[in-house]
Order: sequence, then C-alpha cells, then structure tokens
Amino acid sequence: MTDVNYPVDVSVQKPEERTEQTEQPAGLSQAIDPSLLAAKPPAQTLARDRVFSIENLTAYYGNSPAISDVSFEIYQRMVTAIIGPSGCGKSTFIRCLNRMNDVISGFRTDGRILYHDVDLQGRNIDPVGVRRRIGMVFQRPNPFPKSIYENIAYGPRILGLKRDLDGRVEGALRRAALWDEVKDRLKQSALGLSGGQQQRLCIARALAVEPDVILMDEPASALDPIATTRIEDLMHELKRDYTIVVVTHNMQQAARVADMTAFFSISRGEEGQRSGVLVEYDDTKTIFTQPKDTRTEDYVTGRFG
Amino acid sequence: MSAQAPTADLFRSEHMRRRRIVNKVVEGVATVAALAAVAVLIIVVSSVVRSGWDAINLDFFTKNQTLYSGFGPRPASGIANAIVGTLIIIGIAILMALPVGVATAIYLNELAPRKLANVLTLAFDVLNGVPAIVLGIFVFVFVVVGHGQAAWKASFALAILMVPMIARSTQEVLALVPASMREASLALGAAKWRTTLSIVLPQAVGGIVTGATLATARAAGETAPLLFTTALYSADTMTYDPRQPIPSIPMFIFTSAEQPDPVLHQQAWGAAAVLIGIILIASLIARWFADRSVQRLKGER
Repeated sequence: MTDVNYPVDVSVQKPEERTEQTEQPAGLSQAIDPSLLAAKPPAQTLARDRVFSIENLTAYYGNSPAISDVSFEIYQRMVTAIIGPSGCGKSTFIRCLNRMNDVISGFRTDGRILYHDVDLQGRNIDPVGVRRRIGMVFQRPNPFPKSIYENIAYGPRILGLKRDLDGRVEGALRRAALWDEVKDRLKQSALGLSGGQQQRLCIARALAVEPDVILMDEPASALDPIATTRIEDLMHELKRDYTIVVVTHNMQQAARVADMTAFFSISRGEEGQRSGVLVEYDDTKTIFTQPKDTRTEDYVTGRFG
Repeated sequence: MSAQAPTADLFRSEHMRRRRIVNKVVEGVATVAALAAVAVLIIVVSSVVRSGWDAINLDFFTKNQTLYSGFGPRPASGIANAIVGTLIIIGIAILMALPVGVATAIYLNELAPRKLANVLTLAFDVLNGVPAIVLGIFVFVFVVVGHGQAAWKASFALAILMVPMIARSTQEVLALVPASMREASLALGAAKWRTTLSIVLPQAVGGIVTGATLATARAAGETAPLLFTTALYSADTMTYDPRQPIPSIPMFIFTSAEQPDPVLHQQAWGAAAVLIGIILIASLIARWFADRSVQRLKGER
C-alpha cells in the first residue's frame, strides 16, 4: 500500500462544492449535468495501480453466457462504476470479483480475473479468503436480525479478530458515518433502523473485516434520494482507503461518484443468444462527454436503456 | 353500459347479491370447521380428565405401581416410576433425534444437490408415514432379539419415528431464511458451515422447536415400539437405568386397561391425563424457550 499522491483529490469534495466550479465540457451529454463532471481529473493524470486485471472473462449460467469476453483493469483507491441496461450482466460481473457466484449451481467462468496479479479462479484459491479481502454490499440492505453491535462484530469474530472488538465496531461504524446515529442503541435490533441506515450498517459490516476492495451492487437503488446522497458521500470518503467497484442503474450516480466508468451492453451472438459485453471503459468524464462508441453515447444521453 | 354514472358500481345491487351470499357461506363453513376442531379437542381432553380425575391424587405422583393380587386391603399405588420412565425414554429419544434431524435438514436444504434433496425429501415423507409398530418390530429384530430389552432401545425406535418429522419441519423453516442472509455472511468471508450455524440456524430456531415439540408429543404417546423394547419391567420398582427395561405411561395405560379391575381402569385414564399434561407443559416450555432465543437474537428486550 504505497501512498500514491493523486493529482486531484475529488474524494474530500462534497457534490455541492463541486458544482461551483462549473466549466462547460465539450460534449454531448444532455442527460448528465455537466457540472458533475467538471472536477473530474483527466484520465491520463491519475496515478493507476492495478487491483484487478480482468482478461477475456466469460461467465456462464449453465450453457448460456451472461457476459462474454470482458477485459479491463480496475485501479486502486478509485471508484469504478459499472453501468448499462438491465440484463447486461453488471451484477454477474461484479459477483465474479469476489467469487460470490460460486454458490450458484451451473455457474462457471472462462478467462482470468487477476487480483494483484493472482488469478482468483486459480486452483489453490480459497473463495472464503477471497471474500474476506473483497467485501460486498448488496442491492437491498440485508442486516442480520441481530443487534447493531452483533451485526458489525460478526465478521471480526468469525475471522478471529477478537481483540478490542468494541473499538473495531466503533471504528467501522464511524467510517460508515453511522456511529453518531446508533451509538446509544448498539444493543437494539438492526431491523429497527431506516433503510438508509441499514445500508450504511451493511457497509460498516463489510468494513469491519478490513477488506481491500468493496463491491457495491446497486447499493442505493432501494433508498430514497437523501439516503442515496449519504451513501454517495460515503463512497467519496471511503475511496481514500479502499478500492470501490459500484454497479449502478443510475447514470447521475455514476457521474457523481465514479472516477472510472465501464459501460456494459447486451450483444447477440451468432445463434441469437444474448449476453453482456463491455462496450467501453474510460474515465468517467470521457464516458459521459466524449464516448467513442455510439452505443455508449446513446445510453448516456438517454436514447436507450 | 353506455351512460352509466361513475358511481353506479358503488351501491349494493342485485347482481352483487350472489357474491355476498357465497362469501358468507364460505366464511361460515370455515368458522364452523375451526370450531368443530376445537370442540373435539375439548371433548377428548375433558373426558380423559373426567374419567381419570378420581385417580389423580398425591399418591398417584409419588408412589410406584403395585402388584395387587385382589385379596386384602389395596395398597396405595401410583405411576411415579412410569412418569420417570417416560421422561427418560423421551429424553433420550430427543437427544438422539434432534441432532440427526436438524443435521439432516441442513444437508437437504443447504448442501445437497437439488435432485438428490427432492428424492431424500420424498423418502422422509414415506418414513414419516411408517406405522410405529413397524419401527418397533425393526428395532426388536435388530437390537432386542438376543440382547434383551432396554429403555434406550425404545428411545431408539422413537427416535427413528421423530427424525423425519424434525427433519421435514426444520427443512421448511430453513427454506424460509432469505438467501440474502446467507450471501451477507458469505460475503464477509464466513465459511459455509459458519454461515449455517451462526446465521441460518438461529433464524430457524422457532420452527425447529415447533417441529421437535410435535415429534416429541407424538412419540410420547406411542405404545407399539415400547411393547417390543421395554415391556418386561418390574412394575413396582423405580428404575433409572436406561440399559434396563423401565415402565412408561403408555405401557401403564395399555396394561391397566387390559385388567378386569375398575380401579386400574380409572388409573389408566388418570395416567392419560398426566401424559397430556406433560406434553402440554413441555410444549409451553419449548415455546417460551424459542420465543426468548428469537428475541435475544434480534437484540430486543
């Protein structure tokens, strides 16, 4: 973990602060408020340490591929957004990154996913260990029906990180910006929290086991706009320490939070079977203002999807 | 329907009458059926208690059975050793059946390939329907013949009866635990066994307890397996050793009812009432225990 000095650190800026320094980007984005993108650092100036190298990844449920031949790299301490229409394999893709699809029978992959140059599909890889390093937050908040404290403490406990458990729980809740709201009711049920609080609890739960990467599968899609904003602010905070990959349906969200954006779409194979493909991957500003592929352009300008 | 007022459908009308009548009839039939079921329960329990009431006194709970020959003054007798015997036999049966039943359910719901799980589930449903006397003969042939009777062999036969019931009811509640709970745990780097034990099972405790209680209640009243495995006991002594045949309430009811002795008949009714009472109390304790553990799990006071 070298301390890379990013030329422009967006992470500490709140969205409303960024809107002040508006400059009109040369582009065609009508769906996205251009000011969202103004402060994004240009791609070439960002320091890039690879966390994931995805090489020709094809993922199958049974015999039909859900995603075909996806190759790109995900960089350390950035937010990478995966966008695209329904059914393009966004969730399938992100679940490959921590081998969450292993539990689905009939699922298999071709190609390689290198995590810090280690092939995650390798023979001697323990998927349980993979998931401990690469945490995940799901679409619907899914706290355990236990107390708030027990929800956070569960992960550290099973991994044997029992020293100073109270401190660990507090630290995780603070990092997830939830501590002040729940510190007086840690023993109460997590199910009594609001949806947004539950989702931040799930983020805190993921942080408590000290992961390296946090995968978020449409983390705000079940939340109201205010709760969504808080989750997005949290992503800005967290990317200082963690690599974040987020699947989102919401292009504004991708524009607001992501440094890099991958656009997936649906393609038809020779026999007419549908599968998801990576259309374009670039820094977020480029994707939303100067996409190279017309499919990306159509999608980000709201002409389809 | 051309120029009808938009509010026309809101009023009670003739063509809605049939629906209202059908609705009332269906509601009525359901209510009557429910009341009838409760009435049968009340009649059975009350007739048992009424017939046995005079036999139930302190001696009934504290004294052992006596071997009364029919001459001279009748000594005070009770079913203390039969109550203890039933508790021992059922206790051992639960200890055998509960872990196996729950583990089986975990295998069926969490681990087994779907097709195999379906086949095994069907097999358990069949086993569930096997009459207790068949299980009794099975245990008799394999562990009693040549080795002698023992209380634990009765427990074994009853456990065979209980396992499919516990497994099936546990399996059903495990299936109700949302997949998102398992995913949440797996995503934290928890192994599958850990997820099952720490996340899935605790959420299913209520259903497991209900299933175990039902199985226990059924097993507690079974007489046929006991006939083969623990019938040759000495009725007038208290026995705690499960390696010996020991008396039990169902066996007491069975043997007493066969005797040409009205006092024993009354005691048989009394013993039946005691058995119902034991099952009721056990169910309430199990229920209370399950509720408490569910609440503790949720972190609510």
